[in-house]
Amino acid sequence: MSLLAIKDLSLAIGDTKILHDIDLTMQKGEIVAITGESGSGKSMTALAVMGLLPQGSDPKGKILLDGTDILQTTEPNLCKMRGNAMGMVFQEPMTALNPVQTIGAQVAETILIHEKTSKAEAHKRAAAMLERVGLKVAPTRYPHELSGGQRQRVVIAMAIALRPKLLIADEPTTALDVTTQARILDLLRDLVREFDMGLLIITHDLAVVADIADKIVVMQNGRVVEAGETKHLLARMQHPYTKALFEASTHAVSLPETTQSSPMLSVQNVNRDYPMSRQTLLGPRPMFRALHDISFEINQSERVGLVGESGCGKSTLTRAILGLEDVQGGEIRLDGEPVFTGKHPNLAVRRRMQVVFQDPYSSFNPRHRVDRLITEPFHLLETPPTGQARTHAIAKALEDVGLSSNDATKYIHEFSGGQRQRIAIARALIIAPELIIFDEAVSALDVSVRAQVLDLIADLCHKRPLAYIFISHDLSVVRTVTDRVMVMQAGKIVEQGETETVFANPQHPYTQTLIAAAPKLPTFGMAV
Amino acid sequence: MIRYALGRLTSLIISLIVASVVIFAVIEVIPGDPAAFMLGVNARPDTIAALRAEMGLDQPLITRYLDWVTGLLRGDFGQSWTYKTPVSELINDRIWVSLPLAIYALILSTLIAFPAGIYAASRRGGAGDVTIMGATQLGVAIPNFWFAMILVLIFAINLRWFSAGGFPGWSDPFQALKSLTLPAIALALPQAAILARVMRSSLLDMLGEDFIRTARAKGLSRRQALWKHAVRNALIPVLTIIGLQFSFLLAGGIIIEQVFFLPGLGRLIFQSISARDLIVVESVVMLLVFTVIMVNFLVDLAYAAVDPRLRTKA
Repeated sequence: MSLLAIKDLSLAIGDTKILHDIDLTMQKGEIVAITGESGSGKSMTALAVMGLLPQGSDPKGKILLDGTDILQTTEPNLCKMRGNAMGMVFQEPMTALNPVQTIGAQVAETILIHEKTSKAEAHKRAAAMLERVGLKVAPTRYPHELSGGQRQRVVIAMAIALRPKLLIADEPTTALDVTTQARILDLLRDLVREFDMGLLIITHDLAVVADIADKIVVMQNGRVVEAGETKHLLARMQHPYTKALFEASTHAVSLPETTQSSPMLSVQNVNRDYPMSRQTLLGPRPMFRALHDISFEINQSERVGLVGESGCGKSTLTRAILGLEDVQGGEIRLDGEPVFTGKHPNLAVRRRMQVVFQDPYSSFNPRHRVDRLITEPFHLLETPPTGQARTHAIAKALEDVGLSSNDATKYIHEFSGGQRQRIAIARALIIAPELIIFDEAVSALDVSVRAQVLDLIADLCHKRPLAYIFISHDLSVVRTVTDRVMVMQAGKIVEQGETETVFANPQHPYTQTLIAAAPKLPTFGMAV
Repeated sequence: MIRYALGRLTSLIISLIVASVVIFAVIEVIPGDPAAFMLGVNARPDTIAALRAEMGLDQPLITRYLDWVTGLLRGDFGQSWTYKTPVSELINDRIWVSLPLAIYALILSTLIAFPAGIYAASRRGGAGDVTIMGATQLGVAIPNFWFAMILVLIFAINLRWFSAGGFPGWSDPFQALKSLTLPAIALALPQAAILARVMRSSLLDMLGEDFIRTARAKGLSRRQALWKHAVRNALIPVLTIIGLQFSFLLAGGIIIEQVFFLPGLGRLIFQSISARDLIVVESVVMLLVFTVIMVNFLVDLAYAAVDPRLRTKA
C-alpha cells in the first residue's frame, strides 16, 4: 500500500474551482515534488492532505494516508493525525513561529499535545530534536533571536518531533539564501533517509526539484499536466507546459554588445555605519559597518550584477547610490557630481537614476491611477511636462514596456504581478534615466513572467543607451542579464569581473561557495 | 529586561519634568496675573497684593517653580484659596473615592471585555459574534451619564438594591463598595464595549498569522491554537487601550461623579475651576498627569512581560 494516495481530488471554494481530478501516489522514503506557477493549486493540494483547507472548501475524491481517508476523517481525529502522522513545514520561517514562546517550548508542544508525557521529558526530547536538525542555539531562545535558516530548522524540528510518516514542505527554501537553501535541502534529504518518511515538497523552483525529488508532479491551473520519475520526466518531457516551464527557467536573453564608453558612476572607498542600540545607559552607541571600503565604477550603457546573501549590504549600497542616505566615508559621484549634498539627495544627479523594487504588490499606492503612479519621478525635474506632453510621455512609457496607453487610467489592482513590474519599469523609464537599479526586480515573479520581464529589459537596452545595476540572489538570472558582476559578502566586495569569467572560474572562496550552493537545472531534455 | 525597565524609567522621569514645566507655565506664567484672575474683576488692589504675596508671585519664576516642585515632592501641595485647607488634605479625601472607582470600573470592563472579545473572535461571523458586536456598537454609542441615570432608575429607585448616590466612607468597606457599584458599571460599560472590539480585532489579526497555521499543523485544534498562541500575542494592543482607559476613568469620571454625588477628584477639579482656585487646579492636574505617566510606565513593563522582543531592546 502506498503511503499517500490522492485519487480524483477536486476542490471548489464557493463557485471557484481550484483543483480538478488530482491523482498522486507516493511511497515511504520517497521524495515527491509538486511544481508549477503561482495559482496552479500546489499549496491547496498540500493543505488538503493536512486537512487544513480554508473554510467554505468543498473537496471531493479521496486522500488516503496509510489507508485512512483524510477527507472522511473528523476534525478531532485530524487533530490527532496532524503533527503525529503528518507534519508540515511552511514557506516563511520569519513568521511561522510564535514570537512570544521559546523555540524549545514550541517544539515540545508538538510532543505534549500528542503524548502523555511529562513537561520535562518533552522539553528534553525537543532539545534533542533541535540538535538533530542542526540547530546550535539553546532551546530557551526566542524566534526573533534566530536567523531565517535557523528558524526554518526549528519549524522542521516541530514538524518531525514525533517522526511522522509524511512530511509536507511548502516552498521550504524559497525565502532563504542559496547557501542556507542547500543546507536545508540536505537536512530534509537526510531526515527522509533516517526516518524512512515520505516527503512531499512543493516548490516553483525547478532546479530544486531536479536536485532533490524522486518523482515530479507538474501542475497547471489546478490540474496535473505531467507526472513521473524525475530522471524519466526530465529526459522526455511530454506536455508543452512542462517544456515551457523548463525553457523559461533557463531563459537567456540577448543583450546588445557593449561599446567602449567612459565611466559614469564612480563609488570610491565608501563606508556606511549604522548606530546600534546602547550597551549601557547613556553610553556611546556602538557602530555597525554595513559597507566596508566599497569601490567600483560603472560605465555608460554597462550592465552590472550585484550578488550576495541577505544582510550583506546590497540594499544599503542601493540607498547610498540613490543619495537617500549619507555615507560615513568615501564618495559616490555620477559624472563627477556627488549624489548626496548637505542633507538631501542631489536632485541634478538624482533625476538621472531610477530604481525598480522587488515586490510588485506593495510598491504602488493602491489609491492612485497608473498615470499618476508612473509620473511620480516628474517631481525630480525642474520643469515637468504638462498637458499634451505629459499624456504623450505616459503613453510612450507604457508602450515601451509592452502595455497600452489606455492602461493609464486604470488602478494597480487591475494588473497581474508581471504587468505591475512592467509598470514599475515604466515609472523608472519615464524621465529617461541613464542608470536604473533593479533591486531583486524579478525575484517575486513566476518563471514564465520573469522570462518576459528579462526580455523586456534586454529589449530596452537595444533601443537606448541604458546602464543598470541588477541586484539578485538568483545567480542564473544575473548571469544572463549582466556584462559584469560584483560579489558582496559582509559589506565588502570580495570579487568583481566579467560575468562569464567570474561564473566559469570564481576566484574568491565565497564566490565558489555561492556558485556551488546554487541548485542547477539539468540541460533541457537531458537526464539528471 | 532591567535595561528596558531603566530605559522606561528614564523616560518617565523626563516626562514628569516636562509635564511639571508645562503645567506651571500654563497656569502661573501666561497670561496675566493669576491672583487678579482668582479674585475676579471686582477685587480690591490690596486683596490682590495680599494674595500675590501669599502665592509667592513676587518671587522670581525659577524660585517659584522650584518651591512648587520641592513642595510636591514633600507632599506639600500648598493651601487652597477657597477651602482654606491644605490641598493635600483635599486630594487625600477625594483620591480614596476616585482611585477605587477607577480600578473597580477597569476590573469590571476587563472582566466583560475579555470573554466577549475572545468569544466573538472565535465565532467570527456567527450569531454570537454578530450579537456581541451589535451590543458593543450600542455600548459605544450610549452616553454614560444617560446610562447612569437608567441604572439609578432601575436599581436604586425601583428595586432599591443600591442607594442613588453619595459615598459613606471606607469605615464599612462593604457599604463603600456597594455605593461605588452603580457608578463603576456606568463607567465600565462603554469602556468594555471599546475594549471588546479591540480584543476581537486584535485576535482576528493574530488568527490570520502564519504561526497559527503552524500551530494547527502541529495538531492543535482551532480553539487550542486560539488560547495557546493567539491570545497572548493579541494582548499588546489591548494593554495600550487599558492604559488609556485607566487614565480616562480616573480623571474623566466628572459627569458620573456628579450624577452619583460622589466626592471624587473630578468634582474637586470641577469646583476648583468654577471657583478659580488655581492652586488646587495646578496640583490636581499635576497629580493626574503623574498617575497617567505611571500607568503608561506600568503598561510598558507589561508589554515587556508579554513580548520577549521588547526585553532585548534598550
